[in-house]
Amino acid sequence: MPIHDQGYRHYQGTRTALGKSWQVMTRAGVMSMIGKRQFIALMLFAWSPFVVRAVQIYVSATFTQASFLAPKGETFREFLDQQGAFVFFVTIWVGAGLIANDRRANALQLYLSKPVTSAEYIAGKLAILFLFLVSVTFLPAMMLLLTQAIFAGSLTFIANNLYLLPAITLFSLAQVLLASTTMLALSSTSKSARFVSIMYAGLFFFTTALFNALRGITGRSSFAWLSPGASLEQLGDVIFRLEPRYQLSPAIAGLTVVVLIAGSIWLLLRRVRGVEIVT
Amino acid sequence: MSDISPSPQVQDPFPPERFTGPVVKAEQLSVRYGKNVALNNVTAVFPAGAVGLLGPNGAGKSTLLKSLLGFLVPESGSMTVLGLDVRASPLEIRERIGYMPESDAHIPGMNAVSFVAYCGQLSGLPAVDAMQRAHEVLYYVGLGEARYRNLETYSTGMKQRIKLAQALVHDPDLLFLDEPTNGMDPKGRDEMLELVHDLAHNKNVNLIVSSHLLPDVEYTCDHVVVMDKGTVATFGPIEALKGSHGRVFEVRVKGDAQRFIDLATTAGYEVHDTDEDVMRVFVLGGSDDSAKALFALAAREKLQVRHLRPSIPTLEDVFARAVGEQ
Repeated sequence: MPIHDQGYRHYQGTRTALGKSWQVMTRAGVMSMIGKRQFIALMLFAWSPFVVRAVQIYVSATFTQASFLAPKGETFREFLDQQGAFVFFVTIWVGAGLIANDRRANALQLYLSKPVTSAEYIAGKLAILFLFLVSVTFLPAMMLLLTQAIFAGSLTFIANNLYLLPAITLFSLAQVLLASTTMLALSSTSKSARFVSIMYAGLFFFTTALFNALRGITGRSSFAWLSPGASLEQLGDVIFRLEPRYQLSPAIAGLTVVVLIAGSIWLLLRRVRGVEIVT
Repeated sequence: MSDISPSPQVQDPFPPERFTGPVVKAEQLSVRYGKNVALNNVTAVFPAGAVGLLGPNGAGKSTLLKSLLGFLVPESGSMTVLGLDVRASPLEIRERIGYMPESDAHIPGMNAVSFVAYCGQLSGLPAVDAMQRAHEVLYYVGLGEARYRNLETYSTGMKQRIKLAQALVHDPDLLFLDEPTNGMDPKGRDEMLELVHDLAHNKNVNLIVSSHLLPDVEYTCDHVVVMDKGTVATFGPIEALKGSHGRVFEVRVKGDAQRFIDLATTAGYEVHDTDEDVMRVFVLGGSDDSAKALFALAAREKLQVRHLRPSIPTLEDVFARAVGEQ
């Protein structure tokens, strides 16, 4: 018998409580992504707008001639709008394969044969995308607010614009939840991460194109609810106390976002199963 | 692949008490896929130890396992696993069982040791313990030397072994093995059967082996549940099922074999055709004169017996009798 053959031994140690498997999944998913150099490069690039804005804040706080660069409430709205492009790319890179790859490798039956519920599985996968998206939206926006306070040497700006704290939180949350649940739902419908990426990009561009076409034909922007992106923009304007950019009730814009998130979760709960039944 | 073979002689110094009650009970269990009935009022008891779940393709074996795992919601009936109700305590059950699926299954982008450790963590082991167990289990299943290779580069036989490793890593009380030798070459198949046999008979692991391969079940299991067309055809200890029905003879006749089968059946014998030109004749409650009676039957109808040999009853006989293949 080879000396390294230890046979099979029974486990004598402790076990963790049920309901924590999603954390294991999230940790493994995050570690897997941050092991990829190209992805790290994208994440660093996603922080470049923050660096530019931070320099602007520094210059405006240091040199009175550059006071026109000083941040206003809408600066943070514009910043989060800019980050939308990175949200799109990170969502595709991280999210497309989250469930599709598991479906391709028949891993769902492995996960669900462990003490993992389908809700926990979804939560674990969602948390991976959520964390990366928060780190390119909420985190840099909050850091920007903090940077302003540090360079200005006072909390006056924050005190005068106290609404920015909940506004950044709420809008980032809407942005991140919409992207992550939609992508995860699409990922659960296919075994190909590439196809999921195309579907997500198609959904994004097609709905925007449809809205713009109707806007061009009718001259009205009340069809913004057709595009998740436009609905989110409308919602963002309201959250940041700005003039809404479309002729669409904020309630309808909010409803569109909520329906998309709820619909995605409903689809996920239907698709994440140990067996696929074809009748 | 590693050249390490399983070592049945290695005994655990601290073997746990094996769960001694029935590991699985199903009562009046019915499962449908749309209009198709996959399980029809299945009632069966799986005792502790190694139990074979035997049946042809489409008999409902995998459906039964998937119902026990909670993947499928039965139309009616009840199930308990390790004394726990499947509907009421699915997570507690899954924490204590290991499942080796029939189809290829892995988690993409991982090497073997990461994959098995990850499965251990999902089953509730702390990270350090899961990693240590992953190494041990991979050596046990014969993948010690290949444990840092990406799973996507594994051969079919290695994929079978890794599925067994992920099912074992958390030291389950009960293992569900769905077609464990599927796609393996003869050597790999023998090694896998040796592992399964070792787990059940030396390592105190209860297991249910679902297979359509009779020799696999006969080698690894002590009890069998035979399924056919969504129902349980028979169940019990293999030895008892093989030995309780009298004598078995291998018979070959010259001429119209079908006529001999018809005659023997009319005379009260059970006759099963095999793939070769030899038929197996069961003489219920047979005595020493059974062979003479068979000769006499053939002679009466002017059929020549070219070969008649007493045979040992096998699981194949049990299976053939249970599913009524003639």
